[in-house]
Amino acid sequence: MEEIIKILTGIRPEFDFYQESNFIENGVLDSFDMVVLVSTLEERYGIKICGTDIIPENFSDTDSIRRLVERYGGNV
Amino acid sequence: MKNSVLEYLEETVRRFGDKPAIVDGARRLTFGQLRQFGRQLALKLAKDHASFRRPVAVLLPKSVDSIIAFAGILYSGNFYVPLDEKLPEQRLGKILANLKPAAIVTSPEYTGLLASLGVEASKCVLAGTQYEELSGEEEHFLDQIIGQVIDVDPVYVIYTSGSTGTPKGVVVAHRGVVDYIDWAIGCFGIDEQTVIGSQSPFFFDNSTLDIYLCFGAGATLVIIPKMLFSFPAKLMTYVNDMGINFVFWVPSVLINVANAQILDEIMPSRLAKILFAGEVMPNKQLNYWRKKMPTALFANLYGPTEITVDCTYYIVEREFSDQDSLPIGFPCRNTDILVLTAENKQAGLLEVGELCVRGSSLALGYWDDPEKTAAAFVQNPLHDHYPDKIYRTGDLVYINERNEIIFVGRKDSQIKHMGYRIELGEIETVVAGLPVIESACVTYNKAREEIVLLYKASQPTEIGDIRKALLPLLPKYMLPTTAHQLEEMPLNANGKIDRVALFHRYGQ
Repeated sequence: MEEIIKILTGIRPEFDFYQESNFIENGVLDSFDMVVLVSTLEERYGIKICGTDIIPENFSDTDSIRRLVERYGGNV
Repeated sequence: MKNSVLEYLEETVRRFGDKPAIVDGARRLTFGQLRQFGRQLALKLAKDHASFRRPVAVLLPKSVDSIIAFAGILYSGNFYVPLDEKLPEQRLGKILANLKPAAIVTSPEYTGLLASLGVEASKCVLAGTQYEELSGEEEHFLDQIIGQVIDVDPVYVIYTSGSTGTPKGVVVAHRGVVDYIDWAIGCFGIDEQTVIGSQSPFFFDNSTLDIYLCFGAGATLVIIPKMLFSFPAKLMTYVNDMGINFVFWVPSVLINVANAQILDEIMPSRLAKILFAGEVMPNKQLNYWRKKMPTALFANLYGPTEITVDCTYYIVEREFSDQDSLPIGFPCRNTDILVLTAENKQAGLLEVGELCVRGSSLALGYWDDPEKTAAAFVQNPLHDHYPDKIYRTGDLVYINERNEIIFVGRKDSQIKHMGYRIELGEIETVVAGLPVIESACVTYNKAREEIVLLYKASQPTEIGDIRKALLPLLPKYMLPTTAHQLEEMPLNANGKIDRVALFHRYGQ
């Protein structure tokens, strides 16, 4: 979990990802950030996230991102 | 020939007054309403601000209100300046200091910010306000104002990155837009059946095509919610749901869809015309699109803001391998392209030179900046018989055996990142101004699409700290993606930062 927060903080250092929720609705992550986030997660955890899984529900908070990575066998 | 872009709207209102012009979420506006609301705003601007041929800024999120503001400002005989509402305060301040707008069309959420930048409250005009119906006399008053606008008057000013840290305002004339739109309507067969899926922010000049194809051909403009560009599957579903059949997008959006292989799952069945510009479109991802949508038209457009959006185009027909570079093609109608060598001679076949543009499309210059204007808009060096202006793009190209223009790169350190035009020098200037930074060099890694910062600092400093410090100073798309703190900056023989060495190490 720490690792995911570290990745997110690297992308948007101005937010405290321990506090933030609803990343998409609240505009924490925009389309630039999403591209960087997906490729960073793929690199870091050695996974390939399917395009149909790139939906708001899977990126709305740190928990949903963790579940997504784990579903692909990433060790969070 | 039309002498104002408003003639497009006037004619379309006569033909399709009740047809939807703009769709923005739940809001729909017909062409008749667009004209009506625009003219109401125009009357307010003309009466309260008594300005003519002056810049009026628009500080609003992308919405139907922005389009009403553009139309209203033009109906008042002035020209509009779309500003990014997410700009950091300092940069917005620089632009306003350069522009000195006669008024600013905005919404209540920005009036505090504008006040802190020294804009008088009397200059702010609130969008979305229901103004009074115009009397016959007032209609006549507006018609008289508009009648004085001619095609060499400005239609808009768009600010773009400047290498010394101050953005430049490109002043585009009505005739540039008319020249461009008349060509585009014919070339791409645009009519009232066209449904445009608008991606480009209005402060980015690609939106000129979306807006004026709508005004000029009676096409419907659908403002796609920004959030959808983060999620390619949702985006394609939305394109289907709205019946969008024409898009003019930056390649990064098309690349995202291709990389996620979304067309395997969701086919945007009505999408028939796919245009792109703003940065290089790789054939690898384009081939994915072409394979999935063999009957769609794909066109690569090219041009800087200074020549009114685009000056060359390439309709993709023949096969390309994934590694080929896609041509930027041929000059648009009524445009002359010169490829000039370092000696200002016309380049031969396959010889690399700078792409220069002649035509009615040329911008009038940079707002309040005669020096930069004189440096970029120059006499055609091929003759001296009469004044014949060309715009020097700074882009290096060559012409191949098929007579197609091929883009090679830049003469300077300007880059295209996610479709945004950025001067690396501007980022460097701002980074170097941070207290802990001793020296900085910014390069671009094209393959990874990353802005890379190399820096020497007085104490250990992380990328997160730097990005945080840069947030109030630069737009988000200009922030370095990655950064490397170096013990010492490599220097070349002249004692300057060795950019070539840094580029070879970090830029590729």
